[in-house]
Amino acid sequence: MRDFDYFRPATISDAVAAAAEPGSAYLAGGTNLLDLMKGGITSPERIVDISRLPELNRIETLDDGGLRIGALVRNADLAHDPAFAKAYPAVAEALLSGASAQLRNAATVGGNLLQRTRCSYFYDTASACNRRQPGSGCSALGGENRLHAILGWSDACIATHPSDFCVPLVALDAVVEIEGKEGRRHVTLEEFHRLPGDTPQRETVLQPGELIVAVRLPAQAASFASHARYLKVRERTSYAFAVVSAAAALVVDRGKIRGARLALGGVAAKPWRARSAEAVLLGADADEASFVRAADAALADASPSGDNAFKIELARRIVVRALTSALAGTPAVMPALPASPFSSLPGVRHDA
Amino acid sequence: MTLELGLNQQPAHTRQGSSIGQPLTRRDGFLKVTGTARYAADNHPPGMLYAVLAVSSIARGRVVSLDIEAAKAHSGVVEVMTPLNRPALATDPDAKDHPFMFRLDLLQNDGVRYPNQSIAVVIAETLEAATEGAALLSPRYETEPARVGLDGAESFVPRGVGVGNPAVQQMGDVEAGLESARTRIEATYETPAQYHNAMEPHAIVAAWDGDRLSIDTPSQGLAMAQGRIAGLFGIAPQNVHIRSPFLGGGFGSKGMISGPQVLGILAAKLVGRPVKLVLRREQMFGPVGHRAPTRQTLRMGMDGEGRLTAISHHARTTSSTFDDFFEPAADASHTLYASPAIATSHDAVRLDTGTPLFMRAPGEATGSIALESAIDEAAHACGMDPLEFRLRNYAEVEPMTGKPFSSKALRECYEQAAEAFGWAGRPLEPRRMRDADGYLTGWGMGTATFPAIMFQAEARAVLRADGSGLMETGAQDMGQGAWTAFAQIAADGLGLDIDQIDFRAGSSDLPNAGIAGGSGHTATAGMAIHNAGAAVIARLADLATRNEASPLFGAGNEGVLARGGRLYRRDDESRGESYTEILARAGLAEIEGHGKGAPDPTSQEAYAKHAHGAVFAEVKVDPDLGQIRVTRLVGAFAAGRVINPRLVRSQYYGGMIWGVSFALHEEAVTDRRSGRIQNANLAEYHVPVNADVPSVEALLVHEDDPHVNALGIKGVGEIGITGTAGAVANAVWHATGVRPRRFPIRIEDLLG
Repeated sequence: MRDFDYFRPATISDAVAAAAEPGSAYLAGGTNLLDLMKGGITSPERIVDISRLPELNRIETLDDGGLRIGALVRNADLAHDPAFAKAYPAVAEALLSGASAQLRNAATVGGNLLQRTRCSYFYDTASACNRRQPGSGCSALGGENRLHAILGWSDACIATHPSDFCVPLVALDAVVEIEGKEGRRHVTLEEFHRLPGDTPQRETVLQPGELIVAVRLPAQAASFASHARYLKVRERTSYAFAVVSAAAALVVDRGKIRGARLALGGVAAKPWRARSAEAVLLGADADEASFVRAADAALADASPSGDNAFKIELARRIVVRALTSALAGTPAVMPALPASPFSSLPGVRHDA
Repeated sequence: MTLELGLNQQPAHTRQGSSIGQPLTRRDGFLKVTGTARYAADNHPPGMLYAVLAVSSIARGRVVSLDIEAAKAHSGVVEVMTPLNRPALATDPDAKDHPFMFRLDLLQNDGVRYPNQSIAVVIAETLEAATEGAALLSPRYETEPARVGLDGAESFVPRGVGVGNPAVQQMGDVEAGLESARTRIEATYETPAQYHNAMEPHAIVAAWDGDRLSIDTPSQGLAMAQGRIAGLFGIAPQNVHIRSPFLGGGFGSKGMISGPQVLGILAAKLVGRPVKLVLRREQMFGPVGHRAPTRQTLRMGMDGEGRLTAISHHARTTSSTFDDFFEPAADASHTLYASPAIATSHDAVRLDTGTPLFMRAPGEATGSIALESAIDEAAHACGMDPLEFRLRNYAEVEPMTGKPFSSKALRECYEQAAEAFGWAGRPLEPRRMRDADGYLTGWGMGTATFPAIMFQAEARAVLRADGSGLMETGAQDMGQGAWTAFAQIAADGLGLDIDQIDFRAGSSDLPNAGIAGGSGHTATAGMAIHNAGAAVIARLADLATRNEASPLFGAGNEGVLARGGRLYRRDDESRGESYTEILARAGLAEIEGHGKGAPDPTSQEAYAKHAHGAVFAEVKVDPDLGQIRVTRLVGAFAAGRVINPRLVRSQYYGGMIWGVSFALHEEAVTDRRSGRIQNANLAEYHVPVNADVPSVEALLVHEDDPHVNALGIKGVGEIGITGTAGAVANAVWHATGVRPRRFPIRIEDLLG
């Protein structure tokens, strides 16, 4: 094992001060970081363990009707919070479709935003990866890249962001609350993750030492509660990342779409907000023809980065299905298989 | 060794009569669910050091430098073993005396012949120090281009496939059969490389005492491992003591001792202290075997009644550049379907991979998914129901050899499984069934088969003056339930209740129980146990029937029965006496008997011996998104005598779920340029999770087989995979109209 310093701050400001040292990494649930350290993919010199900071553990309703979720709230706790699941059902569904029950018990809200790509070349230290080692190249290009990006990729990096949770969050205008040496700032989740461009190693807008303290959902996000779904397609029913996923949320009034939110997962280096599709939907008839037009708009700029052209057509169909499901209405209870195309099949516990 | 039964374990159920046939729960279950079963890596002898492999990141070339100084300078590192200081071996690891002797990578030189090959071993006071030491070696290589994929090198016809079967076999005139056919099909299927991925990684704790070696390591074949290790180190086999009470799965990858396990022994020799070496998950993708990929082309001809006129089955497979194991995929076409002409052939390419090996149903699993898919295509081409087509081509004798079957209740399997599944009324055409939610629904079936194989085994039985019994054989429990099933056979063999016997297994100082593989362990070691029991009972009967003071006097050995710790006169069960009385009268503390299990060469020559089964699958497919869900599996299997129906059913379940895995999940993804496996972890190398297998049913079909062995056991370990994988593939076709031609089936294959 490589030696590192371990620091457990008592306050957020202590944490931020400690992590300002170069080579620091925050430790929360550890579900991603510890694997990366064991695999030699990252080797922080200093671990700042924030997992016991009590003020990051709360879910609070704000005066303006919005919601503030502390960065250390566990994925499982958030998904199973009845008020949260009722107001933001697509987010709860996304959370429950991710990872395994054990991982969801450990993984945190902030850590989920910062999880690294599952690109196998990123994990394989014998391969070239600009994200892991800037300037080394991208072994995924021309390699085994069936699951790689179809939107927003560059020749420097074709990896995708693996989060389910972030997909409905970005659709619902979530905001990331960040604490740094200069104080607190707010960044929309849409702006939080960066596309790779020439600098894929810079995955987010976080400055060194900055800490995610909370994720906020604006009051308006709850207005989609009755028509919001997350759909995740993958070959294994549980404990697998999305091939492609989508979050769809609608406000429908007398057959017309009065509010529309759409985001895609598994398609780009960031959770992909499909604003052009939302523009197509707004004011349109709530029907399949509109959904197909929206899907075309969402994927208009897509292009395969390798053996993954099928993901473009798959994403179109997932968009149509997610919108169709959202239009049909949020299910009264969490489906047995959350986010699955087979979510209506009975007989399986939702944490299976 | 003796199973250390948990203190709270309830005694076995009170029963009448025999133990065989009872659905006993696992005798080792308590230990396992409480975490007290001691697996190899749980051992920590005093003074033990930790060894960690450094493995190659290239597929082909040589190591030109290792930073040994940096590794040794790391705190806690005791020694670095490389080709320069590796202790000498008595046998060249590249020598091969017989087909089961696989070449091992034991740091014999600086060459690299596959990714994840061992290139050094770092030995340290802690696992963490050894791990970091291995990372600090920072190897540099001279790299040559990797040979990857089924077309990655020039093909050739191997001398033999599987366990020495001819690579090319022919019966009848296939071309004439195809020529004369009314209907013909031809189809090519690809199966991927798969890795055994037992939950328990290969692990070893090795300790030397002079020229005596003590080892804790999982082994499916203790005596073979003992002999191989003794040969490598030039010591007597009895100087090697291996303990393997439990395996966390083996599936063939623990059948032969692997290179990394021997490196653990070498490391212990180098440092003169006990050493533990446990493979990391990614290190299991290379040196411990895999199922080779295949590309199989089947051609079939059918006459106007849907009878096969010819089957041609060709398989391309791969092996390593330095050793021979060739997946005998095409041989699956030898036994199942009657045809006047059958031709099977194999060719292969040599790639920069570890050597492939036996993996649960080697040849049968890969061959079955292609054969059962092709049979389904043939049935459809003839406009016939797949079950009707299979019955039309039912083999009354083994097609390739013309031998009668020792027993074959396949017809009953078809009937019972079809009935339980509700097969009747299935539309012939695909894409005709939708459920209420709009999912495409498909029903498919496959025939399961696996040969009834026996190896060689021995057992020793003892009856003691206190009326208790002892049965010893070095059997191996891989999770299949050997501790329980063999104790049941032993109890019946000794005429005792299972709680009155001490059953010892899982250790190399016990009689050789043969290999736990080829679905032959229960038959082979079971027969040794049965015969050892019979031998000791015969001695006991001898003592009684020759003694005038015994109520059994004059009955003759054939005239007595052993049951419940007593011998009875066969012709008058009111006359008998207890084992205790007989031994007390004879003044003996104990008596012993020995037994062997082995195939009977006469019946081997006369009969084709196979277990059979039929598997029916229902799948649902999302019509737009192509995601597949197996909603029901029903299998019926006939495999001779069932020793323990609970354990046997579990074996079928496990095999059937593996069949789902084969059809829909498992695949080692190899980088086409480097030859490195990109998903060498259990997050990305997918096997089914609970949510993938909502309903699995396994029916046990009664079958008496007087020819396989006296107990009538065939074997159940592998058959469940066969049939199932094809049934799932055929159900996917029936749901979608898309014929799966490569496995696992992917979403993009069904998007249309």
